[in-house]
Amino acid sequence: MDLNSFLLMRHEISLLGIILLLIIAEIAIPDRKKSSILHLALLLFGIHTAVGFLPLEESFLFGGMFQSNEMIHFFKGVLNIGVFTLLLQSADWLEKNMMNQERGTEFFILLFASLLGMYFMISAGDFLMFFIGMEISTLPVAALAAFEIIKRESGEAGIKFILSAALASGVSLFGISMLYATNGSIYFEDILTTLTVSNLTLLGFVMFFAGLAFKISLVPFHFWTADVYQGAPIAIASYLSVISKGAAAFILMILLFTVLKPLMHIWENMLYILAIATMFIGNLFALRQENMKRFLAYSSIAQAGFILLGFMTGSQLGTATVVYFVTIYIFSNLAAFGVVQAISNQTGKENMKDYEGLYRTNPRLSLVMMLALFSLAGIPPVAGFFGKFFLFTAAASEGYYLLVFLAVVNVTISLYYYLLVIRAMFVRKGEDPIPFFENKLYMKLGLLITVFGILALGIYSPLYEYIYQISSVLN
Amino acid sequence: MDILSLFVIVPVLVILALVFTKDLKQARLVSMVGGLIQLGMAINLLFAYFRERAVNDSIMLFTRDVVWFEQFNIHYNIGVDGISVSLILLTSIIVLAGVFISWKMEELPKEFFISLVILSTGVYGFFISIDLFTMFVFYEIAVIPMYLLIGIWGSGNKEYSAMKLTLMLMGASAVLMVGILGIYFNSNADGGALTFNILEIAQVNIPLEAQKLFFPLTFIGFAILGALFPFHTWSPDGHASAPTAVSMLHAGVLMKLGGYGIFRVAMFLLPAGALEWSWFFIILSATGVIYGAFAALRQTDLKYINAYASVSHLGMVTFALLMLNKTAWNGAILQSLSHGFMTALFFALIGMIYGRTHTRDITKLGGLLKVIPFISVVYVIAGMALLGLPGFSGFVAEMNIFMGAFQQDSMFYRIATIVSISAIVVTAVYVLRVVGIMLMGPVKNEAYTQLEGTTWYEKTGILLLLIPIVGIGVAPLWISNLIMESLQPFIQGVLL
Repeated sequence: MDLNSFLLMRHEISLLGIILLLIIAEIAIPDRKKSSILHLALLLFGIHTAVGFLPLEESFLFGGMFQSNEMIHFFKGVLNIGVFTLLLQSADWLEKNMMNQERGTEFFILLFASLLGMYFMISAGDFLMFFIGMEISTLPVAALAAFEIIKRESGEAGIKFILSAALASGVSLFGISMLYATNGSIYFEDILTTLTVSNLTLLGFVMFFAGLAFKISLVPFHFWTADVYQGAPIAIASYLSVISKGAAAFILMILLFTVLKPLMHIWENMLYILAIATMFIGNLFALRQENMKRFLAYSSIAQAGFILLGFMTGSQLGTATVVYFVTIYIFSNLAAFGVVQAISNQTGKENMKDYEGLYRTNPRLSLVMMLALFSLAGIPPVAGFFGKFFLFTAAASEGYYLLVFLAVVNVTISLYYYLLVIRAMFVRKGEDPIPFFENKLYMKLGLLITVFGILALGIYSPLYEYIYQISSVLN
Repeated sequence: MDILSLFVIVPVLVILALVFTKDLKQARLVSMVGGLIQLGMAINLLFAYFRERAVNDSIMLFTRDVVWFEQFNIHYNIGVDGISVSLILLTSIIVLAGVFISWKMEELPKEFFISLVILSTGVYGFFISIDLFTMFVFYEIAVIPMYLLIGIWGSGNKEYSAMKLTLMLMGASAVLMVGILGIYFNSNADGGALTFNILEIAQVNIPLEAQKLFFPLTFIGFAILGALFPFHTWSPDGHASAPTAVSMLHAGVLMKLGGYGIFRVAMFLLPAGALEWSWFFIILSATGVIYGAFAALRQTDLKYINAYASVSHLGMVTFALLMLNKTAWNGAILQSLSHGFMTALFFALIGMIYGRTHTRDITKLGGLLKVIPFISVVYVIAGMALLGLPGFSGFVAEMNIFMGAFQQDSMFYRIATIVSISAIVVTAVYVLRVVGIMLMGPVKNEAYTQLEGTTWYEKTGILLLLIPIVGIGVAPLWISNLIMESLQPFIQGVLL
């Protein structure tokens, strides 16, 4: 293996480099200058994100354990932008609460470690690499969820997350072992040729699927979501709902469309039911939420249900629409969480009622929130509309009109609760509205990136064309 | 830049200009200039259309086709025929009148005018689209600002009304989306490529089964916006809570999207489905016509009276469209135009009366003719137009509709037609009832003897709407011809 092929892992190597640099910085930088680590981490990760977009060839490493192609490469870039935006948005929180407790570096190291796991997970060429990646990506998040040690809810969130995640991983691993038992290999390439329908395979598949369904928080594996989101720091709730879910949906799609394609006639029926259940339960539970983090938790469960619609096709169209939707979803949800975080940082308020009259005191923040919610609800001309329309088109292309119909019913239900937030911000005047505050530069930048994404990704069609073109690798 | 894209670009520029305005004076000035430019563009378009039509006989003129999403064959594809031109003219007049009527919008003026302009952008875009996807995008852009417009600037039970209206209309668009996807995936039935282009799909013979399935979805999707019974319930509540200019734009323009969409998409693309289902929707429309009229008879709130009158009159539009012949269709489009002007005028007048007396309850009003003669006289004129007096636009439209309806000679059609016609009598009753209680008689409340006269901007707004009503009524032929010509391809397409 020469150096050139090693560069296939350049995302991973560079991120590992950043982690090591941060450890050195933690030791080297004197205590009174510790807050500069924040800027250092942001700078390094910014460079990492920018460099990551250099083109890459399609190839594999370690005898097929690690693979990369243009689509995986693109998606890693999207994840990078997402994490970068998230860091910008949480810089203020880190500076205020974490840096003075000297725990800022840990935050970055844990977060980057989790992202590193995601890289390996989506680049996996066999089930072993996949499982290791999934574990690396999950464990640090449990620590991060419990990061606000002074808050009891935060610790509770951490425990809840680690327990459910461990169970899910265990079940998933058991499923993988059954798949290995029936196929005699853990390499995706080999399994694709030998996979046949048998009871053991099906049992293995379902168990394996449950592990990923937990990460995407599909119904009925969604119970942890709202509690963990509510207790965890907002940055981590945002990370779970955006980056973690996005990456898991992506790898699930790759697996379903390649290795598990022989089982398609089985998993499409399963996904059909799961999609309906996830959409309805997510939406109906979101209707009555008062806490913004719980609200966004259920909204993100419902969004996961919509993603499943794109899975139903197993075609290039399906791949493209799913990647496109997830990309847009990352930006929209980051914007929503960003606003929640900005307000929580300044005032500590997290309930929908506290948002009443927000437009009259903080018009820009309210407009960002409105764009984000419109994008999540799928209202043109913002990006979310295009994402959803194309997903539904993909499902309709296979003749699933009933499913599409149920999905559009859900879009209408979801519009109701998104409008509740808009009502609080714009229509109501509120007795005690949040006073005007100026956001820090990093936060502004973080919100600006998401707004740009929400406005541009939809109308600017070449992005979709590009995604469509690169998603030919799966079929 | 082509003449049609300007109808999307100019409003966007107006919005950008509005963002930088500081107070009410600047905001309304910018909106007025924007409205005047749009009216100028619409009139210019009308004459350009006449000139072009003389030498060019393709279905759509001034077309422009830009590929948008290549994979789905989505194009930004625009063009107009006589019907769209007349509806664009209607829109531009009502938008301008709406700006004049909102001259004293004190609360968040900038945001109000921005929302109003976003709404009109959506409407213009809808009328010029030939591509189903683009059309759908503009449709939703036109609907969503209604939530803020009613929620923030409305009155009464505004939160409830705004939510109800938005959810019902977005629910309608959701149903419509399934219909559109169904049409899209059947547009290759003759072996061509999948397309969203309306003119291309019209050439395709979509299988009968698919037409039967997707016609009701498409029809209902649009008809909810056109307040088809029993999906009309959003309309009275919405209108009652909305501020004046929003009621005007909504009843005057936005609800016309429904009829236009039914005609342009549901009927044109799924003719066999239309034949199959017409009996069912005729029953609903005729019920709506008569139900709306009787409901208006029993209301005491001026806005509710008008909202139910709209249900009745727009029921006639869907009724006429379902008659599937040229005369009735001509009547349907004329009715859309005429109702647009009349109802906008009504809502403007109601806004003025409410602004002075602070009540819309007709039982508390009386003798207004003595105190605010200008508004009252115009109210009577508008009422006469609404009940179909010859010389006004309403007569021309309803005449065409019922002449067309009588050309269908089966028993079922006859009964439906007679039921609908009888609504005209009820219309006369509820119009005269309001005139009698509210305008005639003694002044009931002492405070009302000292009401302000009309201001110049109110008069301008009124005149803008009154002129076309009389214009269409006195000289209907030019606009009727404009529409008739454009109906030709549809007749050939639908009534094989």
